[in-house]
Amino acid sequence: MRTVIFRTIAPYLAALMVLFSIFVLLRGHNEPGGGFIGGLIAASALAIFGIACGVASVRRAIVFHPMGISGFGLFIGALAGVVSIFRGQAFMTSQWLIFDFFDVEVALSTPLVFDIGVYLVVVGAIGSIALALEERESD
Amino acid sequence: MAGSSVSVDYADAMITTPIAAGDWLIVAPSLITMLGGALCLMLRKHTDLQPKLGITLLGALVLASFALLVRVLDHGVITMVMGNWLPPFGIAVTADALGATLTFIGSVVAFCAGLFGMKTVSNSGRRYGFYPFLLLLMTGVCGSFLTADIFNLYVWFEVLLISSYGLLILGNDRIQLDGAVKYGVLNLVGTNLFLIATGLLYGIFGTLNMADIAIKVAELENPASGTLATVAALYFLAFAMKAAAFPVNFWLPASYHTPNIVVSAVFAGLLTKVGVYALIRIFVLILPASLDYMADIFGLVAIVTLMTGALGALAQTEIRRLLGYLVIAGIGSMLAGVAVASNDKVATLAISGAIFYAVHSIIVMTALYMSAGIMNMMGGSYNLRKLGGLYQKSIAFAGVFLILAFAVSGLPPFSGFWPKIMLVDAAFKDERFWLGAAILVSGFLTTLAMGRIWIFAFWRGGPEGTPDGQSVEVSGSSQADLASGAIWLPLGILTALVVYFGIQPEWMIELSTQGASSVVDPLGYIRSVFGEQG
Repeated sequence: MRTVIFRTIAPYLAALMVLFSIFVLLRGHNEPGGGFIGGLIAASALAIFGIACGVASVRRAIVFHPMGISGFGLFIGALAGVVSIFRGQAFMTSQWLIFDFFDVEVALSTPLVFDIGVYLVVVGAIGSIALALEERESD
Repeated sequence: MAGSSVSVDYADAMITTPIAAGDWLIVAPSLITMLGGALCLMLRKHTDLQPKLGITLLGALVLASFALLVRVLDHGVITMVMGNWLPPFGIAVTADALGATLTFIGSVVAFCAGLFGMKTVSNSGRRYGFYPFLLLLMTGVCGSFLTADIFNLYVWFEVLLISSYGLLILGNDRIQLDGAVKYGVLNLVGTNLFLIATGLLYGIFGTLNMADIAIKVAELENPASGTLATVAALYFLAFAMKAAAFPVNFWLPASYHTPNIVVSAVFAGLLTKVGVYALIRIFVLILPASLDYMADIFGLVAIVTLMTGALGALAQTEIRRLLGYLVIAGIGSMLAGVAVASNDKVATLAISGAIFYAVHSIIVMTALYMSAGIMNMMGGSYNLRKLGGLYQKSIAFAGVFLILAFAVSGLPPFSGFWPKIMLVDAAFKDERFWLGAAILVSGFLTTLAMGRIWIFAFWRGGPEGTPDGQSVEVSGSSQADLASGAIWLPLGILTALVVYFGIQPEWMIELSTQGASSVVDPLGYIRSVFGEQG
């Protein structure tokens, strides 16, 4: 699989896919998309990068261990539900912060944090499976 | 079964009053373990930090679940609906005495397992995530005990199953993978049946909320109709698999002796009881009419399970397998309680017997697996042929084992005695004499099986073939660990509970009676979900 063409293109392709996954993640609340599908796209970016340039360089590029990323995602996902305790509402009631930023309406919310959590869980879990499989193959 | 014809005005449920801070205790058990599990997962490379963090979090879980239990006893059934999506549309989490009691006892057992794991789980086991998996397992267990939504129950089952797969293969031995495959395949089939049944149920009623389904079932003109009977049969099969009832019990002795002993202890204590809990919740709370015509099947399965467990235990020489069969025998006793619950007059007595038995079984089976681990540390084997002379090594441990052996056999004055009395009493009052007799015979056979361990491992001077009156020194597998308090403290806590519930059973009888009446007469449960005016 390590042809010159693939090895040259793969980093750009992976970068584009990660960017696209973040786009999909952010548009998710009202339109098709969201944390799960975004996470899958990002995980496939890691897989492609791993096939082209080796698993070691992927592990260097993402800094943290994939399972650590998963754990962090689960943590902030669960924490996003707790915010409503301060307003006397039930667990996981969504809280919204809507403001104008240079005439563009920005809507920040706890569902967004939850979605980012899901994204990270999926990236971490699927990414760690993909990297483990690729590692075996190169032995 | 109290055929409560409650008409619910959905408008009552739409009023959103501020949630009392104390009601957050309902989600606290799952939340603490989920956040804690995630934290431990991030820090899993710090193997010296793992036990401290894990045990602290499990301690917090014990406190939170105790506070929840106290609140439920004070306020009655309490409900919190996730994200203010009101019932029957939102996911309701409801704590009644049944769920809260089991959550509390389960947390205590998990805390003890966390302590015990300090010595028995190696550094590589910690790196592979013993504490994260244990915490996430508790997320699933507590979530299952507290949810009031049947699909949510399925989700929690998945959470606890995925964590249990992780715990089962911790260490990566060939035999563990073999055990995990058997365990995994059977549980996968069971979970799929659960999902299919839930889909059918949703097709019939258009709702997943247990309280809402209970109302709609009570309003049905013909509750014995074909589709609902199919749903009931599927649920019975699915949860019987989880609970390891005959004839779908073979996975338990095939897998429970493979993992680390502390993992076996947690599994034996908690996992099958979640299946029994689901059976009680589904058949007594939501489908009482189905229980009426399935009672004989329940009774038959209970009798055969009781006998399989007790006879299987007699036939084993591997202590962990022997204990696995005793878990199955215990499941038979609880199923007997569910079978008798079809009779309105004794339903509360039977179900409270089953709940008390579940509590007793959670504690005593975990403690017995822990003592099996200690026997291995002292005698270097799990095999009764190779063990011997343990009485001389530690008289105190022999005493503790004797207490646990009496308790699991249902002999007074320990915790197994009272639930057995309640169950046998209920069975005789319902004129199911065979069922009551089966419980008693199974208890007798269990006494023999435990007596074998006692005679071979404790009284005999050495391994098989040692003449009477002589003693042969057996070398343990890890003598150094035996000096650690982390081994003795959890066993001590659990044994103390066994003795306490045996000598002072009033508190637990009161708790399980409250738990039983909240499923037998679901009015309080339904009102809690849909608002007071219900």
